[in-house]
Amino acid sequence: MSKPYLSLEQIDMVFSRGGTTTPVLNQVSLTVEKGDFISIIGHSGCGKSTLLNIVAGLTTATRGVVFLDGAVVDAPGPDRAVVFQNHSLLPWLTVYENVKLAVDKVFSATKSRAERHEWTMRNLELVQMVHAKDKHPAEVSGGMKQRVGIARALAMEPKVLLLDEPFGALDALTRAHLQDQVMQIHAELANTVLMITHDVDEAVLLSDRIVMMTNGPSARIGEILHVPLLRPRRRIELASDATYIRCRSAVLKFLYERHRLVEAA
Amino acid sequence: MAVSPIPVNKKPYAVKIMTLAVSPKAVARRSLAQWLSSLAGHVLPPLITLAFLMVFWEIICSSPTASVPPPSRVVSETWELIIHPFYVGQGVDQGLFWHILASLKRVAFGYCLAAIAGIALGTLVGQSDWAMRGLDPIFQVLRTVPPLAWLPLSLAAFKDGNPSAIFVIFITAIWPIIINTAVGIRNIPQDYQNVAKVLRLNQFEYFTKIMIPAAAPYIFTGLRIGIGLSWLAIVAAEMLIGGVGIGFFIWDAWNSSRISDIILALIYVGIVGYLLDRAIAFLAKTVTRNTASA
Ligand SMILES: Nc1ncnc2c1ncn2[C@@H]1O[C@H](COP(=O)(O)OP(=O)(O)O)[C@@H](O)[C@H]1O
Ligand SMILES: [Mg+2]
Repeated sequence: MSKPYLSLEQIDMVFSRGGTTTPVLNQVSLTVEKGDFISIIGHSGCGKSTLLNIVAGLTTATRGVVFLDGAVVDAPGPDRAVVFQNHSLLPWLTVYENVKLAVDKVFSATKSRAERHEWTMRNLELVQMVHAKDKHPAEVSGGMKQRVGIARALAMEPKVLLLDEPFGALDALTRAHLQDQVMQIHAELANTVLMITHDVDEAVLLSDRIVMMTNGPSARIGEILHVPLLRPRRRIELASDATYIRCRSAVLKFLYERHRLVEAA
Repeated sequence: MAVSPIPVNKKPYAVKIMTLAVSPKAVARRSLAQWLSSLAGHVLPPLITLAFLMVFWEIICSSPTASVPPPSRVVSETWELIIHPFYVGQGVDQGLFWHILASLKRVAFGYCLAAIAGIALGTLVGQSDWAMRGLDPIFQVLRTVPPLAWLPLSLAAFKDGNPSAIFVIFITAIWPIIINTAVGIRNIPQDYQNVAKVLRLNQFEYFTKIMIPAAAPYIFTGLRIGIGLSWLAIVAAEMLIGGVGIGFFIWDAWNSSRISDIILALIYVGIVGYLLDRAIAFLAKTVTRNTASA
């Protein structure tokens, strides 16, 4: 058996600021195969973003290691592109320039100028944002900004795509539309994806596996649920699908029965 | 109830027809009228205030023994200066345009040097904790030194009026530029830093592509304060160094008791200072149009 593509091995994270220490993650281990779509779900504040940032290399774990494609992750890099919760596009660059910045940086040695332009346009096409390519982020809607963020991440051809509640701030219709786009892109490119969400339907619809985290402090992985639904998945048909309903209620039970947020009661 | 729906229905129709009937020309005329009225709303109040002030000034200074001339006498006594701004004479006997130009040149020199050095130092201070700890206290002390207090020292160093005045402008304008740039750099959102890290931007790329644009609004705040201070300082500095320049013109007028000339010069100084401020504000608006966080 070869090593898994991405593996998190016994990650502990303790934040210490001043005299106080906050244990956030406790013994988190996870393996992800190439092409897997994994969702991480858990109540707000349990440490999901922290976990994602550790995989991204933006935060260093107190203990434990992350391996990606046989190498230890110890710094951020374009092989682990992140789509941040608040899009984090650079407001002084146009939509095109935001993606182009990433393309120019990542492919400076391997692609010609014309090829980099082509590649930028291809990724904008993938998220259907070509029409607004010369607009600035402030001039497009929240959903569009998030699509550009996804295009920028995809354009880096990352080994693993990290999404931190990518649709959290969007209205339900826009969110559904983007979920469909992400599924389509995943079907086309077979990316390895790690996505944080707090939306149960989103997790079941998109994922191969759902990682459910217990509440903090010292959050652990409580359970991992396989979602054995065939792809392509269509949300309307799934609404009455027995497997879908079973998975959905399993996640709901985990979140709202066994690991209910105490203060939310 | 059902008997009289007609008048109720009629009204929107009538409205619709009326709106349709308005020709494009009429729309243009109306928006022109709107524009004129908004212009009047902005221009009239200051004009009225100004007129009141003039009348008030005229009245209180109208006695022949008043030490300050009334506006009517200012205009009549400075008429030659007003209509011949480009007059060229001997030595410091020049039209007001040349005096102001000479002052502007000194300001431009000193200010540009201050902008370059200020942004560079501000970046250093904003980026490194050690530079911050080491330099910030020094900056905080030095920035409170009044501009003119630097003049004797710079005269000693440069042994010449012109570079000394430029140095005074430089040292006056640089502190707000340094401090605001440093604050801007410190306030770069974590998100942008994360983007830079994921892309593995090198120092130079980070500086040009993230740092400067992200800090631009702060830098421009510093630049704007700096230009105001420069203009304040140049007039004072020129009074002491002499030569062509609006500051020395005022000093010279005082020495020969031409109070009306002083008043005219003050008005010009005010207007130029206002224009300088507007120019930097305009530049800031143009450059940072898209920098406001999305
Ligand atoms: N840099 C930090 N310093 C101290 N505490 C932090 C830091 N980042 C996150 N935390 C704490 O870690 C916990 C988990 O945060 P986060 O990972 O953002 O949660 P989630 O994304 O699941 O909502 C929170 O209690 C938060 O206060
Ligand atoms: Mg989070």
